[in-house]
Amino acid sequence: MHLVSHPDEVKVVSKRFGKGATDLDRYLALDGYKAVQKALGMQPDGIINEVKNSGLRGRGGAGFNTGLKWSFVPKQSAKPKYILCNGDESEPGTCKDRLIFEHDPHAVIEGVVIAGLAVGSHTGYIYIRGEYRYLSNLMQKAIKDAYARGLLGKNIFGSGYDFDVYWHGGAGAYEVGEESALMESLEGKRGIPRIRPPFPAVVGLWGGPTVINNAETLASVPHIILGGAEWYSNLGTPKNGGTRLFCLSGHLNRPGVYELPMGYNLKKMIYEVGGGIPNRKKLKAVVPGGSSTPVLTADEIDAPMDFDSLMKAGSMLGSGGVVVLDETTCIVKFALRTMKFYRHESCGWCIPCREGTDWLEKTLIRLHAGGGLKKDIDNILYLSENMLGRTFCPLGDAAAMPTIAFVKKFRKEFEDHLEARPCAFEAAGSVERLPVMA
Amino acid sequence: MADVNITVDGKKVTAPAGTLLIEACKSVGIEVPSFCYYPNLSLQGACRMCLVKVEKMPKLQTACTTVISEGMIAITNNDEVRQARKSMVELLLGNHPLDCPVCDAGGECELQDMTFSYGAAESKFMEAKNHKDEQQWSPVVYFDRPRCILCYRCVRVCGEAMDVWALGVQNRGVVSVIAPNKEDHLECEECGMCIDICPVGALTSGAYRYKTRPWEMNHVGTICTHCGDGCKTTLGVRRSDSGMQIVRGDNRDKSGINGDFLCIKGRYAFDFADDPQRVTTPLIRRDGQLAPSTWEEAFELIGKRFAEIRDKEGGRAIGVVGSNRTTNEENYLLSKFARVVLKTNSIDHRRTADFPAFAAAMVGKPHAAATMRDVFNAPAILVIGNNPTEQHPLLAWQIRNNVRLHRARLYVINSRPIKLRRQATSFTEIPQGTEGQAAAFLGGDDSAAEALGSGSREMWVGLRDKLRGEGKLIIIFDSAIRGKDISALVKFGSAVSGAKFVCLGDYSNSRGAADMGLYPDFLPGYRPIADASTFKDEWGDMPTAPGLNVSQMAEAAAAGTLKGFYVVGSNPVGGLGLDPFAFSNTFVVVQDMFLTETAQMADVVLPSANAYEKAGTFTNTCGDIQLVKKAGEVSDVKSDFEMIVRIADATGFEVRKLVPFGGRGTSADMGQSRGAQSGEADRHVVWLEAHGLEPKMSPFDPMAILDEIQRLVPGYDVSRMNLLAGNDQHTTTVGTGQGGVQDAKLIAPANDNLFTSGTLGRYSRALNSVIENRNPEPAEEVAAD
Ligand SMILES: Cc1cc2nc3c(=O)[nH]c(=O)nc-3n(C[C@H](O)[C@H](O)[C@H](O)COP(=O)(O)O)c2cc1C
Ligand code: SF4
Ligand code: SF4
Ligand code: SF4
Ligand code: SF4
Ligand code: FES
Repeated sequence: MHLVSHPDEVKVVSKRFGKGATDLDRYLALDGYKAVQKALGMQPDGIINEVKNSGLRGRGGAGFNTGLKWSFVPKQSAKPKYILCNGDESEPGTCKDRLIFEHDPHAVIEGVVIAGLAVGSHTGYIYIRGEYRYLSNLMQKAIKDAYARGLLGKNIFGSGYDFDVYWHGGAGAYEVGEESALMESLEGKRGIPRIRPPFPAVVGLWGGPTVINNAETLASVPHIILGGAEWYSNLGTPKNGGTRLFCLSGHLNRPGVYELPMGYNLKKMIYEVGGGIPNRKKLKAVVPGGSSTPVLTADEIDAPMDFDSLMKAGSMLGSGGVVVLDETTCIVKFALRTMKFYRHESCGWCIPCREGTDWLEKTLIRLHAGGGLKKDIDNILYLSENMLGRTFCPLGDAAAMPTIAFVKKFRKEFEDHLEARPCAFEAAGSVERLPVMA
Repeated sequence: MADVNITVDGKKVTAPAGTLLIEACKSVGIEVPSFCYYPNLSLQGACRMCLVKVEKMPKLQTACTTVISEGMIAITNNDEVRQARKSMVELLLGNHPLDCPVCDAGGECELQDMTFSYGAAESKFMEAKNHKDEQQWSPVVYFDRPRCILCYRCVRVCGEAMDVWALGVQNRGVVSVIAPNKEDHLECEECGMCIDICPVGALTSGAYRYKTRPWEMNHVGTICTHCGDGCKTTLGVRRSDSGMQIVRGDNRDKSGINGDFLCIKGRYAFDFADDPQRVTTPLIRRDGQLAPSTWEEAFELIGKRFAEIRDKEGGRAIGVVGSNRTTNEENYLLSKFARVVLKTNSIDHRRTADFPAFAAAMVGKPHAAATMRDVFNAPAILVIGNNPTEQHPLLAWQIRNNVRLHRARLYVINSRPIKLRRQATSFTEIPQGTEGQAAAFLGGDDSAAEALGSGSREMWVGLRDKLRGEGKLIIIFDSAIRGKDISALVKFGSAVSGAKFVCLGDYSNSRGAADMGLYPDFLPGYRPIADASTFKDEWGDMPTAPGLNVSQMAEAAAAGTLKGFYVVGSNPVGGLGLDPFAFSNTFVVVQDMFLTETAQMADVVLPSANAYEKAGTFTNTCGDIQLVKKAGEVSDVKSDFEMIVRIADATGFEVRKLVPFGGRGTSADMGQSRGAQSGEADRHVVWLEAHGLEPKMSPFDPMAILDEIQRLVPGYDVSRMNLLAGNDQHTTTVGTGQGGVQDAKLIAPANDNLFTSGTLGRYSRALNSVIENRNPEPAEEVAAD
């Protein structure tokens, strides 16, 4: 993927991007595997506290404090404990883990090993999205190289500690990014989520206590160990430590993945880092954190990009995928495209998501094509609101939340499609220029 | 476990820790609707019907996955909850075909009920519904995807409970679909459990589909007539040309020993009852051919000939063979009839286990016989020999699910890698035919270990020690273990405190046939002929020397000394290989449903009712006695009970001495001679009045004999009230002394598998269609391990 940069960037996770760090020697030369060596000299609780105090919050979407999550893993366990790296990255608008795997695979491995040291695990799995086949090859090579140097396997760095890392490829399912579905998939079963409780930290992969973290989360860990909690946490805003990779896409002059401090202003992100909207078009809306986060209107974007602020703004920071839509975008079509994705990706396990996404898609297709009735708009809201919070896993919410926001914030556009009126944007030829998702 | 207190809708509820909220609600009569939740199957949380409000939780919670905790406050009926249910039903109905008017499940469909209780009247959807054509997966299983609500009950019951794993889910999202194990068809045990558990009409039965509506049937709870396990089943019965037709077998009444379970035979193999090959009129051999006759003529002929032979040649010249599938009352009556009316002790049946040796070994241990329910609850089980999955499907179910749900330890000793080994803590392979030696070894005969194959002596000693260490072990064995090996095994088991035993016999009333004394050397209750005093007092005069067993009867017939042969519901020519030509000069009377190999050589054939067409009791292989209820009246046939009484009468015997009706008997009946469905009352009235008898006290009433059985057969003194209420009651039959050492050759196990059932099975269209459809590989191999 094409690398971009901007002076406002604070390069932590992306610091080795474009520097040939897939090569183990290069990686070592760029401070690689120093963090593991440091961690080997620390107490497990020391590692956990360092990560906790850094304010690092999960980059997979939910934003849970990483160190706190690790601390839930029981010290004693009859079953082996596991570290799981979630590299299933499939949320539309999100393409950051991909860059990490492509440019800095050893950082992920290193993060996995440190997590293992912290919780007393000896086995890690790196699960990579099925479509990222070329990245899987890179990751496999990185693992092999690390084994060859004794950085993985028995007695790593001569420490007496054993740690194995395996790679596993997905089979093309967004839902498998959900942590418990990922474990099912890794165990060779259908990618369907599990009932919680018990939570993975207690009963996870193969029934053993499991830490599951996003690839970016894990890749941040070595930097925290080397740089210290205080340094890292000061990069961001209170309780939102560090930096994060923001994936800017859509109607922008300079789309791409930028590493910015947590709390960076969204408006600035769009107009300065992303270079603003091309062709002097006006901004219509922004999806701030991947397709499952509620859309923000042009008036709502003057907000700091951290978990808590966006929550306050009525949306979510999510996976860091910022999708920018200009005035030529048909929101109905965008809602339809979003729902098409969720209908296709629903695992089908539970009624509201399985049936709800199907009916929402069917209704949106008709509505966009001009066959809508007034009650359809209410039905779309009704269906979404009745899915929300009632599905087996958050995918149902992920489909419902943005839909509710589209209707509530852009109701007029839906109404404009009713009663056989042609889509105004279609006529203007904007269809091809809609952001391509999934 | 400690109790936990919660509040549901303002009601205080106390339940053991670990209880699911949905069950806690149920315990105080609060219904939380559910589709995917099913007791004893894994939790799914998939249908979201059971969402309730739990205080302190921001979202609604699924009651089926929420474990109660102290102080929990739940609300199952506020607006939010009601709206959630309503929308769930709306979403389900969106793609549902709503073909209730033609759907098998219509009228007993959980989706209909939920829609009625919680749903909305109008539909919000306008687009076409998703459609998929119906599929036939096996002769007995059909699948209609559009009706499926994806509750995954079928998948779980087949996998978790049946251990077959023939069903799974294919695709994802809205095109998810339940799929069979062989791409487009099933290769499985065909138990139909998936159909039964399906809350809607998505899985339908090949035997029943599109035949009738649930409300057009009578539902009769009775006992399966096939193997020795005694499953309770509910027959769906409809009126037909010949009186009644059974169109469905299921287990809507889950109070039986089998709970949810029925195997293919219980569920489908009732169809022999309306097989066109059934004999529907008495037949008398004239000029070498069996020709139709009247009942009167037939009874008169039989009575006359039997009386003649008895009076001229002595009772010893008559042999009687009883049945493994007739009721206890009929078997007892036959035993009495042979000895008292025909004056012969030459009475036998196809013995499928060494019950007399078992009874002898149980002397002094009246509570050591395990019930079928015990098998589901015991902490440890030892199975030597047999293949319960094929031969005792319910027993296998009990064992399997005991291991799954209660973590029972299962020890299997077998010459083959039987399917139950998958549940076993320990599986020990032995050479074929050495089950007896295994029993002897356990019983303390160390030299028997030599025969037990490759396993080292230490291994065997270790196993024996381990078993001794088990408290409350249930030891299960079949006819491979006989005579002194049984006593050795019981002796071994008794060293384990609280050990119990099951001796496996093969047919629906094999145990009853043995208990009721269908033996030449035992009276009912395994009382030796020599020790007949109690019975003499009751029955009157009878011969005192042991009679002939079946093979001796055939020899005597060949030698010309057996002049009369009375076969009731048995096929010794087909089943035991008796030579029909040996009986050329013997007067042979056969009571049967079909012209079996034995009936074909008879002089008189009397068409009999089967166990679905009469009342009485059965004793299963564990000794559980249960009520057999008449599903309906079938014209042209009579119960064996009635026929035995009529023959006794035709010999000139005073019937009141055979069946103590009236005087000492009882005025209740078992629906045999009364009742809306029976219609028999009228028929009987004519005969009774013609004989100057009181019509309400029928001599054809098995209840009159049950009285006597309960008085005279040790261990049968169970609660009559419970029995008549349809509850299983455990008999505690023990021998009254030395059990006879049976001639091992006389034991002829049925060797049925899942899809066969002796002669009856040959006339079941359902079983035959499954057998024809079968791949030669056994079900076990096709199932995922
Ligand atoms: C439908 C769905 C898809 C998800 N996909 C991903 C994913 O692709 N990558 C990811 O890291 N987390 C994904 N998550 C979040 C994970 O469940 C989990 O929260 C995360 O991996 C935890 O790691 P973190 O604490 O480092 O964020 C997904 C969640 C849901 C509900
Ligand atoms: S909400 Fe339900 S159907 Fe949708 S992905 Fe999650 S479990 Fe599957
Ligand atoms: S074994 Fe066959 S009939 Fe029985 S539950 Fe499984 S699929 Fe259904
Ligand atoms: S076929 Fe029936 S039991 Fe199976 S998932 Fe569908 S509705 Fe449930
Ligand atoms: S297990 Fe035996 S008793 Fe039960 S249904 Fe099957 S054949 Fe009948
Ligand atoms: S019954 Fe609770 S989710 Fe289905």
